Amino acid sequence: MIGTIFKRELRAYFATPLAYVFIVIFLALSGVFTFYLGNFYGRGQADLQPFFGFHPWLYLLLVPAIAMRLWAEERKSGTIELLLTLPVTMWQAVLGKFLAAWAFVGIALALTFPMWITVNYLGNPDNGVIIAGYLGSLLMAGGYLAIGACVSAATKNQVIAFIAALVICLLFTLSGFPLVLDAFSAWAPQAVVELVSSLSFLSHFQAISKGVLALSDLLYFLVMIGAWLLAGAIVIDLKKAE
Amino acid sequence: MLTIESLSKRFGALTAVDDLSFEVAPGEVLGFLGPNGAGKSTTMKMITGFLTPSAGRVTVNGVDVGSDPVAAKAQIGYLPEGAPAYGDMTVRAFLRFVATVRGLDKATIDARIDEVVDVISLHSVIDQAVETLSKGYKRRVGLAQAIIHDPKILILDEPTDGLDPNQKHEVRKLIQSMAKDKIIVVSTHILEEVTAVCSRAMIIANGRVVFDGTPGELAERGDATATNRMDDAFRALTLGNDAMEAAA
Repeated sequence: MIGTIFKRELRAYFATPLAYVFIVIFLALSGVFTFYLGNFYGRGQADLQPFFGFHPWLYLLLVPAIAMRLWAEERKSGTIELLLTLPVTMWQAVLGKFLAAWAFVGIALALTFPMWITVNYLGNPDNGVIIAGYLGSLLMAGGYLAIGACVSAATKNQVIAFIAALVICLLFTLSGFPLVLDAFSAWAPQAVVELVSSLSFLSHFQAISKGVLALSDLLYFLVMIGAWLLAGAIVIDLKKAE
Repeated sequence: MLTIESLSKRFGALTAVDDLSFEVAPGEVLGFLGPNGAGKSTTMKMITGFLTPSAGRVTVNGVDVGSDPVAAKAQIGYLPEGAPAYGDMTVRAFLRFVATVRGLDKATIDARIDEVVDVISLHSVIDQAVETLSKGYKRRVGLAQAIIHDPKILILDEPTDGLDPNQKHEVRKLIQSMAKDKIIVVSTHILEEVTAVCSRAMIIANGRVVFDGTPGELAERGDATATNRMDDAFRALTLGNDAMEAAA
């Protein structure tokens, strides 16, 4: 059942120009960031750190654009009523749609393989670290997507879904930074500040992309995805009548 | 048997459906009438398991929609208000998607789609994207997905809305042809439609049943001197006698 919904959703991306525009922009920006801002050649090191280093920022902009339509469009066109009166559970619908969106971002990510070929051509990189980087990047994209899916469930308006998802994603990306921490450190006990700081996408992603596959970092993203999907399912259930 | 027991739905302070109870037996075609905002669509959304009732319950052939929604939904074919469909899909792909989710056998899906497309005359648009279709065709695609799994229970929310007279005639014929062994609930604004296809008429106003009987009985309620007795009966029942007198 999840498979049927997954296939329908994934095909829907490629039925419109959305998929191609997204993939082209994703590849172009990741190239620009890596070679110009990341100083890929000048560093003289055979690794993809400058490439992965920009992924949190790239996703921050592009993933909410993918996620915004997930449920907002279903609600706007009324197909949510069709989908949820078919003999499927809420979880099958939520997971099917989410996994399709995730697979789509995964396809875009996989198409950056020339980067990997380039760095192998130029030097002898540690390919284990690069694989870890891809894994971390995919998990992080899943986290952003789950946030975006939940926000998308709360509104019929895709622009609102985009902006709200972007802001929440930004907070989670930066939660290890003074920008967010200062808002808590003034009044909250130290334990809360540390908790907030530990929720940062950035620090967990950086740990994985350096090649350190700690269970805690992997679990962090999986729990994050699960929690936001659960929240999304609750929001859909509450808001579907509107 | 479709059983609705003391069904209520409240949205904040508004009571859309107020303690509604009725039963529909196989072979019956129930015409669900009422002014806009009377609670017709809300009731249908609860029968089909889309909305959770505030109180009461719905059972379809003994299966409780609230406690076993997947088994209940499997028995129901539903045309939601406005006939929503995935616009980016072709009619064929959309019907195939619904049929697959409905658990139809892979080998029989294409044959079944051909059958339904035949009955509803969708041949000419079968490979077009749904979003490019006219309102009438979209409505027919919605009907096609509702009957694709040959459900025991059909819930149709305004199936003829937006259709031209010929198409309306086709859809009414289709409903009648399926009526024999199915439970069919049709909501409509068109009173003639009730005479044409329904074996039973039910009028709800403010979320409550104000009339339940045959279309003939409904017409008898109207003033014999009125040009259209059924319209007259409908107004009398839904506006109340005070309003009638004020209008007169």
